Amino acid sequence: MRIRALALRILRQFGKDRRTLALLFLAPLLVLTLMYFVFNGQSTAPKLAGVGLPEFLGAKLTAAGADLVSYSSKDEAEADLKEGKLSAIVFTEGNRIAVRLEGSDPAEAKSALLLLQQAMQPDESAEATTSSAFSSQLLVSYEYGDGTLTSFDSFGPVLVGFFSFFFVFLLAGVAFLREQTTGTLERLMATPIRRFEVAAGYLAGFGVFAILQATLIATYSIHVLGLYMDGSFWLVLLTNLLLSLVALTLGTLLSSFAGSEFQIIQFIPVVIVPQVFFSGLFNLDAMNPWLQKLSYVMPLYYGADALRSVMLRSASFAGVLPDLSILLGFSALFFLLNLLALGKQRAF
Amino acid sequence: MADNEQQRGQASNAAVDEAPVNGLKLPAIDLKGASRSYGSRTILKDLSLTVERGELFGLLGPSGSGKTTLIKLITGLEAASAGEATLLGKRVPNRQVLAKVGYMAQADALYNELTGTQNLEFFAALYGLSGARRQERIESVLALVDLTEHRSKPVSAYSGGMKRRLSLAVALLHEPELLLLDEPTVGIDPALRQSIWAELLALRGRGITIVLTTHVMDEADRCDRIGLIRDGRLIAIGSPDELRTATGAATIEEAFIVLGRGTEA
Repeated sequence: MRIRALALRILRQFGKDRRTLALLFLAPLLVLTLMYFVFNGQSTAPKLAGVGLPEFLGAKLTAAGADLVSYSSKDEAEADLKEGKLSAIVFTEGNRIAVRLEGSDPAEAKSALLLLQQAMQPDESAEATTSSAFSSQLLVSYEYGDGTLTSFDSFGPVLVGFFSFFFVFLLAGVAFLREQTTGTLERLMATPIRRFEVAAGYLAGFGVFAILQATLIATYSIHVLGLYMDGSFWLVLLTNLLLSLVALTLGTLLSSFAGSEFQIIQFIPVVIVPQVFFSGLFNLDAMNPWLQKLSYVMPLYYGADALRSVMLRSASFAGVLPDLSILLGFSALFFLLNLLALGKQRAF
Repeated sequence: MADNEQQRGQASNAAVDEAPVNGLKLPAIDLKGASRSYGSRTILKDLSLTVERGELFGLLGPSGSGKTTLIKLITGLEAASAGEATLLGKRVPNRQVLAKVGYMAQADALYNELTGTQNLEFFAALYGLSGARRQERIESVLALVDLTEHRSKPVSAYSGGMKRRLSLAVALLHEPELLLLDEPTVGIDPALRQSIWAELLALRGRGITIVLTTHVMDEADRCDRIGLIRDGRLIAIGSPDELRTATGAATIEEAFIVLGRGTEA
């Protein structure tokens, strides 16, 4: 009897909470769908650039499934390689075949090397004589890293950004929610404070935590975990800080639409998890190009891109400026929306 | 409602004349046909009310009758859906006028992690108090609500009554001209209730206008005037004596029941 009463009460309690129901039933579907698109896309061939390659090798590479584009000059190919448009450049050096790998994604480098080795396998056909003009020894060099990059080195920068983002989001969200549920926000609004001051005060207060957290995470992952780091530490900090600011403003904004701590948690699968998929932890080249565009609205995508560029490819400030500007833009947008949302608390 | 006009401003309160009214004779609060509704739900219906400066005005009514919404409408935290509200001569919502108002919400809006002093320091800063003046005001209100010895404890260690007193201290920090107190004595033991009332009467003696809500009848008896509120309407306004005489009731409680019946008929 008591058990039944209890069960009934729970059903009644949550049956009215549409968002909790949506979390329970729809969020897993969302996450599963995303994983489907991430892992089940068509497999991609590494993008190779050929510079002055003997014809037989080009043909063999294409036959092995490589996406081979011919470049007339090595410099041109080199520029595209730097921008990450290519996986590798294949060229000749004397009588040897040389390959220059992009290197920041170990999995991609591996599959490019595998393809080349397949293509260079001597066979018994008539072409064998032509191919023997070239040594079977492959000359390998890397644009970024030195071939010893582990998978963790490759996605580590993304994790650094993700954890900054995630925890600042939770902290700010729950704190601002508390302020609403305990009535202190209303009490604040009964003082002559401006809405802008409330939003800015939150930004400043939690900004301090965000700076500390960004410093801690970056220092720990680079110096303790030995994450591959080839760029400026200050740039890593700056990127992490900007990413935290987005998390902070987004967290406070969304908390205006939550009624309890539990409802803040419900934002995780909806707001945080999709960003993880698009942040560069998974290679999106295999994903439907139309879906890939979703990454443009995800702050974590820009933060992770900047962190990877700095840590793996020692990008300069100018190099990551577009990413950083977009992060700043997200923060500004969420901040303004926060000001609007505070209108719920006071009529002016 | 027709006799509201005559009853207004009848408070025989000498303090009004001594009050620092900035040379203005404007009432502290003036509501004209104010209504508040959320969608189709109407909380306050066509409410008109004038509270003179220096008055101690009580809003009496059962819970859910709209008392808290009325207080929020006066502060400007809620906007009137129709009609208008004027606070200390300024049409609300108005941010600046809040600097002259001390507000105590029904729930103790305190930061539990902070100490009593830290809470006061925070709110003092919001009201623009700084330096020696801030220090002086904090000492003064702490002594007033008898929390000086507990000032360094975190609020989470306070009893319900202590939290209520600290909330009152916050409302008094910036020496407001008008106090809006939503259920100031709820959950407070009788002895402490007496001391809070003694303090409220002393504040009124200094010319401070006080508007408070209560559902305790004997508290209503101590106000200069009371407004009876029921289902979002003011069903009567007057001094406790006037209300008793008008209804022929012996107590405010009876008067309230008689008047409530009148609106239902």
